[in-house]
Amino acid sequence: MELIAARPLADRAVTFELATRVGPEAAARVGAAQARLAAMLEVGELPGALELSRAFCSITLHYDPLRGRQADLVARVRAALEDTAPAAHADGRLWRLPCCYEGEDLDDLAARLELSREEIAVRHAETVHEVYAIGFLPGLPFMGELPEGFSVPRRTSPRTRVPQGSVAIANGLTVIYPFESPGGWHIVGRCPVPLFDAERAVPALLAAGDRVRFDPVARNEFDRIGAALDCGDIDPASFAEAAR
Amino acid sequence: MSARLVIARAGARSLLQDTGFRGGRGIGVPGAGALDRDALYLLNRLLGNDTDAAAIEIALVPPKLRAEDGPVRLALGTGLSGQVSGDNPRPVGAWTAFTLHPGETVDLRFEAGCPVALIGIGGEIDLAYALHSRSTLPRAGLGPFGRKLEDGDAIPISAPAADPGDRTFAVPPRPESGPLRAVPGPQAEWFTEASRETFFGAEYSVGIETDRMGMRLDGPALSHSERGADIVSDGIAPGAIQVPGSGQPIVLLADAQTTGGYPKIATVIGADLSRLARLAPGDRLRFTAVTVEEAEAAARDRRAELDRIAECVVRANAGRIDPRALWQANLVGGAVDALCPDHFPHHPEPESHP
Repeated sequence: MELIAARPLADRAVTFELATRVGPEAAARVGAAQARLAAMLEVGELPGALELSRAFCSITLHYDPLRGRQADLVARVRAALEDTAPAAHADGRLWRLPCCYEGEDLDDLAARLELSREEIAVRHAETVHEVYAIGFLPGLPFMGELPEGFSVPRRTSPRTRVPQGSVAIANGLTVIYPFESPGGWHIVGRCPVPLFDAERAVPALLAAGDRVRFDPVARNEFDRIGAALDCGDIDPASFAEAAR
Repeated sequence: MSARLVIARAGARSLLQDTGFRGGRGIGVPGAGALDRDALYLLNRLLGNDTDAAAIEIALVPPKLRAEDGPVRLALGTGLSGQVSGDNPRPVGAWTAFTLHPGETVDLRFEAGCPVALIGIGGEIDLAYALHSRSTLPRAGLGPFGRKLEDGDAIPISAPAADPGDRTFAVPPRPESGPLRAVPGPQAEWFTEASRETFFGAEYSVGIETDRMGMRLDGPALSHSERGADIVSDGIAPGAIQVPGSGQPIVLLADAQTTGGYPKIATVIGADLSRLARLAPGDRLRFTAVTVEEAEAAARDRRAELDRIAECVVRANAGRIDPRALWQANLVGGAVDALCPDHFPHHPEPESHP
């Protein structure tokens, strides 16, 4: 694949731009490039490289300027990407995450989208959401795409407090807030599964390339699952099905 | 029993920080770590630690610390001084490593205009790592305490550092001046040419809204080009200067989100990040453009300079008469004031110093 641009973040990092529009095609390019660069980093073929972070259309490589040169890293990455093809499909795990579709913005969204609350829940829940990137907050998944006709921008006035676990949509994407946070997306529901736990070896539950389907649950079932997760009777990892 | 460093009074924002998390950026965890990496490196060298050992980063209101169950070796970074109370009350100055004996307390003070400073801890800290680090990111509950330090917290030290008495650098680091160096990009083309010229010429001042995530700058507003003020969110590194629709730049710091959706006009080079961290609200600053290659050369130069400073450690006097220093100084014919804490540390001027 072609490297559209290598954009420097001074002597700390460089961003490799691989696509221009958020969506499944960008995810396929970024996913393949991420796998290739991660493998190179692992075996020391990227001198001075420290770690990679993935966004919708790009990958940022962080490096130590005392151990490597950006010009050399860019040349190596450009050459490697030339014989890297976009991924055929997302190859991460498939998650089935419970979601109680009683979000604060459902009525507002129903009016905007000219759909009923139930239709929004059903159509959102029957969609397979691909995790394009984890970011903004530790463990927060950005997922696409939304069903046809779900196109809304962010709220004009962001909330100062979006509750932990909120499932929210905007700009063609779905997110789940791992922590209470300010936020401007439309809240459709709540997921009880903790997405980030500093005590785990890999603190984030989801990874870019994973896929997510939401299982609609009623409020009492949501409460029951939440309580079981809190006291350790359910392992958050048990919501993953086998990798494709 | 291993020694413990007890937080007798926590201060406003005291956080355990080291060189930061590794491997977390892909899951939304920023590097975090000490804002002033140069000070962290020097304090760890002064204490004989690994250079990535954790220190306490303090801000706004300094803490009070007590040693229990054994002696604890500490070192104060720039902008800090302290008063030890106990059987042997004494003052300690910036860039001084000293031993706090069991039962002794050190009450720390900021010098005027210093917003943030570090306290180095000698020896091996007995606390868990997360993402290869003992740094703290309160919003994710990451770090040995998962939050800022509170009254009564204790940092266990399993292997104490050696105690060679009070030590300091013969030539402490000097304050730097001049514009901050920044590399244009990653999205310099998202700004009009006039705005790029403004950014690299105008004077800005540090805004009140400044924390470990970012530093808001007050000064001339910048205009985006026809590409607009939104980009597809991409990766961020500390020092990146994002400009939202308002046109007022924000320098992103250690705790900033891992990705951002505003165009970044330039990125402050690594060698100038520590200096940036020491700026307080109201301080004035300018930027000058350099290339990636110049930024990388500056990183190597800075490390060499820090190593020169670290290689020349001498006895510190902390205001007390030091017969050995007097004797050595007299031997080379200098007339000294044995009560002046500065008489000896500055004496040997390395030839390499510019």
